[in-house]
Amino acid sequence: METGFLPRGRFHELLAALHRSGYRCLGPRVREGAIVYAAILVAEDLPRGARDHQAAGHYRIEQTASPRYFAWANGPQALKPIVFAPQEVLWRVRRQADGGLEFHRQTPPAERLAVIGVRACDLAALALQDRHFLGAAGDDPHYAARRAELFLVAVHCSDPSDVCFCVSTGDGPQASSGFDLALCELDSGFIVESGSDRGAVVAAELGLEAVGGDARAAAARQADAARTRQHRSLPGRDLRAALFANLEHPGWEEVAGRCLACGNCTSVCPTCFCHASVETPALDGGMSVHARAWDSCFSQGHSYIHGLTVRSDTRARYRQWLTHKLGSWHEQFGRSGCVGCGRCISWCPVGIDITEEAATVCTGVADE
Amino acid sequence: MSTVVAKDRPRAAVHKFASCDGCQLALLNLGEDLLLLSSLVEFVHFAEAGQVNPEAPVDIAFVEGSISTAKDVERIQRVRARSRFLVAIGACATAGGLQALRNLADGQAWIADVYASPDYVDSLQSSTAVAQHVKVDLELWGCPVNSRQLIAAVRALLFGVAPFEEHDKVCLECKRAQVVCVMVAHGLPCMGPVTRTGCGALCPSFGRDCYACYGPAENPNTEVLGRRLEGLGLAPAAIGRCFLSINNGAPPFTEAGLRRVHEHD
Ligand code: SF4
Ligand code: SF4
Ligand code: SF4
Ligand code: SF4
Repeated sequence: METGFLPRGRFHELLAALHRSGYRCLGPRVREGAIVYAAILVAEDLPRGARDHQAAGHYRIEQTASPRYFAWANGPQALKPIVFAPQEVLWRVRRQADGGLEFHRQTPPAERLAVIGVRACDLAALALQDRHFLGAAGDDPHYAARRAELFLVAVHCSDPSDVCFCVSTGDGPQASSGFDLALCELDSGFIVESGSDRGAVVAAELGLEAVGGDARAAAARQADAARTRQHRSLPGRDLRAALFANLEHPGWEEVAGRCLACGNCTSVCPTCFCHASVETPALDGGMSVHARAWDSCFSQGHSYIHGLTVRSDTRARYRQWLTHKLGSWHEQFGRSGCVGCGRCISWCPVGIDITEEAATVCTGVADE
Repeated sequence: MSTVVAKDRPRAAVHKFASCDGCQLALLNLGEDLLLLSSLVEFVHFAEAGQVNPEAPVDIAFVEGSISTAKDVERIQRVRARSRFLVAIGACATAGGLQALRNLADGQAWIADVYASPDYVDSLQSSTAVAQHVKVDLELWGCPVNSRQLIAAVRALLFGVAPFEEHDKVCLECKRAQVVCVMVAHGLPCMGPVTRTGCGALCPSFGRDCYACYGPAENPNTEVLGRRLEGLGLAPAAIGRCFLSINNGAPPFTEAGLRRVHEHD
């Protein structure tokens, strides 16, 4: 779509244009030692010069002299907590004087929210969450309310982390769809591309300059470098057959010995959508609050059915995570549930690497 | 708030054994809800609130503290016999408390070191969980337990349903609170991956590591966490102390801690 150039010194004009259109802006900020999405009012709020160093079970931010705002890969959050809240009230029920029950739906307020700095993997994951929450069975009203007013400003990755493998899953490092605006950051400024009508409206307000040949060449070099820098990969795009042919592979038992069954991987995974229901009755018994909260296939409750925990040991839980994410997702959504963001590798307290585990348990079975 | 006192309220008691009284504060700190609570259940014995009648039969008995003296051993039997539903509250009652450290050492020698007249101290060699002596119907873990846990348990009992038992790992609550992991981002020796939820990931949300005051979660992989702490630079004795802390008497922690402590023997 339409592209133009926004010099670095004019970045604040993008924020101003979004504010004028009624959007509250969220963007990357360094908090508690990681990049997280938080409110952005002015360009100075952005993490200028911040770099992330990621490895299995490890995440550190380094402050450099670089003028860039987006020279990092990602933090523990994707868009998931913004649209699928980690814990939220769905409804309340009140006991009436006649003994009847009155239910009140708790609908989230519709808010125009612009998120700046979204990655290609985040967009791919959002598309999958859309399939789940806005599916044929009807929209989830909470997800739908937040999703409808979301304005997405993507930034093509210039600096994938050591754990990124989106090239292998086909989801990055360049954002190709699902954004309203996409930025390619260069030292001198930003190549701006619009991906939707409302994106085009905002871009038109910016009075963008023409993109010079040098800028285009630098952008192409940067994209190539981002691709070749990645060294992890999954053994194939569709591992369904390989995984289900290997349900008794000794690798499951082996990884279970190293796994804490702590659920950090599923919590940071931008595509995981499991939740538990939590009922909190008031002490007087006259009212109760019904909430949902992120759950994980690594918890005991996740596979509890009346009187029985189906997956009581870590072997069964780890196998559930991988065979669903990389296997049965194909039946459910027509693709794997992994977008290669690497979060489950960095934020696993013991550094278990999904690409290594998948390679182990799929040994000897070729990609479909 | 209407505090109409129900007729035939269930009767409750709060019994204290070897403890600091901190868990009872989760009741006393309820504020206005304490009035509501006492309109729903009748506290016939709650010494800290001024009601003393330890021998009265009750529907719900809250037991704080560990079994630490010969008299305790005998008294907990009487409490059990007089209570329909017995709830052990806090680390002392569920795991023997910090004082269970004496089970791993020569407690009598410590007493001799500390007290001028050790013969005045009449205590057992061990400090143990209530469940090691009598049948416990519900355990609420934590040092101390919080009001939310107590209210949830009482409400469930008043509804006539089994109270919900929390046993997930703190990490799940930590991620729901969107706290940045202090172990991954700062290298702190966090016990969250083996510790039971209930606190709302209180310590990590203040940037410090969890020290396992809610006791072991279900399916805790203490061996792997121990190895991770080693990777963070902790010596075996220090790793041992991570497990042998407030909940040292909880079997998965006792075992993991002793294994580390004895590694360099
Ligand atoms: S499985 Fe891991 S790498 Fe794949 S999308 Fe989820 S968190 Fe990212
Ligand atoms: S996985 Fe790809 S798109 Fe996501 S942060 Fe890494 S390089 Fe960027
Ligand atoms: S793979 Fe890592 S993050 Fe996931 S449950 Fe196991 S130890 Fe936790
Ligand atoms: S800070 Fe501690 S409790 Fe929180 S996710 Fe990390 S290891 Fe788990």
